[in-house]
Amino acid sequence: MSGGPRRVVITGAGTINSLGHDVGSTLAAMREGRCGIGPLELRDVERLSVQIGAQVKGYDEQAHFNRQQIALYDRFTQFTLLAARQAMAQSGISFSDEESEMSGVVLGTAGGGVNTWDENYRNVYEEGKNRVHPFVVPKLMNNAAASHVSMEYNLRGPSFTVATACSSSNHAMGLAFQMIRSGMCRAMLTGGAEAMLCFGGVKAWEGLRVMSKDACRPFSANRNGMVQGEGAAVFVFEEYEHARARGAEILAEVAGFGMTSDAADIVMPSREGGERAMRIAMRDAGLVPEQVGYINAHGTGTAANDKSECAAVAHVFGAAADDLMISSTKSMHGHLIGGTGAVELLACIMALREGVIAPTIGFELPDPECALDVVPNVAREARVEAVLSNAFAFGGLNAVLALRAA
Amino acid sequence: MDLRDKVTAIIAEQAMLEPGEVKPEHSPADLGIDSLGLVESIFAIEEAFDISVPFNANAPEESDFDISSVAAITDAVERLVQEQHASA
Repeated sequence: MSGGPRRVVITGAGTINSLGHDVGSTLAAMREGRCGIGPLELRDVERLSVQIGAQVKGYDEQAHFNRQQIALYDRFTQFTLLAARQAMAQSGISFSDEESEMSGVVLGTAGGGVNTWDENYRNVYEEGKNRVHPFVVPKLMNNAAASHVSMEYNLRGPSFTVATACSSSNHAMGLAFQMIRSGMCRAMLTGGAEAMLCFGGVKAWEGLRVMSKDACRPFSANRNGMVQGEGAAVFVFEEYEHARARGAEILAEVAGFGMTSDAADIVMPSREGGERAMRIAMRDAGLVPEQVGYINAHGTGTAANDKSECAAVAHVFGAAADDLMISSTKSMHGHLIGGTGAVELLACIMALREGVIAPTIGFELPDPECALDVVPNVAREARVEAVLSNAFAFGGLNAVLALRAA
Repeated sequence: MDLRDKVTAIIAEQAMLEPGEVKPEHSPADLGIDSLGLVESIFAIEEAFDISVPFNANAPEESDFDISSVAAITDAVERLVQEQHASA
């Protein structure tokens, strides 16, 4: 292998989220514009003022994991392991001893084992118990999922977890990309997960008053907030020559990454920060705006995000914005917080591979402050050469990935 | 302390001002209260009066709770206290 920057490609993908328990069913739902948001089914839901969410339904942990594993795996770890299993199977990658030392796991999550925190706080505070299960700490820690994936596949290189709220997965995947491009790593399992749809997890979000009580309608003038989701998506990022040499199917190329900080406000996004992240990602990928056909938006459905994101896109793309499609798939799978960028990358891969642009569903009324082609309600067929995936987190931390067709 | 004084005190604390400096005609923005500060004030009002305030930070102007001025907020709190405590 020659020196200099390596090219990085995606050779495997896996997911479980409210739209489906694998990539095929998730993409089918995105093509159909199906909504994964519904009434929350969880303990004490009647004490919540927000009672909707995009929950993973029909999920039986015992069908996938044994008793010992369940004692150690929080829901976010379970979701991650299932997604990783699918991604590894699709990729077909295997690791020699040397390769396993040059491969690792970088995952994003904002909350880690929130269900484990919630359940055990309930035990000690509400139920007055003075003893908790011995595995509470290894179960709830944010790096539990990354560690279990590394153990499952004997990945002995760099592994860690990134926690940058709603940008966690994009930051994780961006770092995994850079680690392969620099020659430091050969392959990385990367993406992210979130599972905070429990009483405490939803109650905390309620406090901010940015949650919708009925639907997630990004870019629609009558939008009234975000809706939480849960799940995971994991990808195999692999050095291009390595993938080619073993004849792997390449799903897309990861071409660039941009990250910036607003350095302004803990919750209000700045147009400028998102804008710079998109510019840096395109420059890093060697792309000009005319080449980018689709953006998977951060598109939370809050007034603050959607206005500032559309203004940023309009400013970066200028006249090229007329030919640009931008959609928010959060309208279907909800906001997976730290895992959201990973699930949204699936929509980017679908756009590049299949020429299908996932829609922004729930769109009812145009908003002059979001005057872009938001692919309202119905998926669209279109050939695109390159795409961006935006994530703009609380705390003003922005992370944008640029992908090209394989 | 009557309801009016209590609401004024909550808003003054959020604005880091003395209650005497907060006038009924002031808007939250006049007092330097941003959107996060407003959400915090509403939380404090809910706790102080044991009421639930219908307020969505995405569209404050469309919420069924007038936040245009200190006087408007006070009137709205008065109404909510009557409504929500009437049945009790």
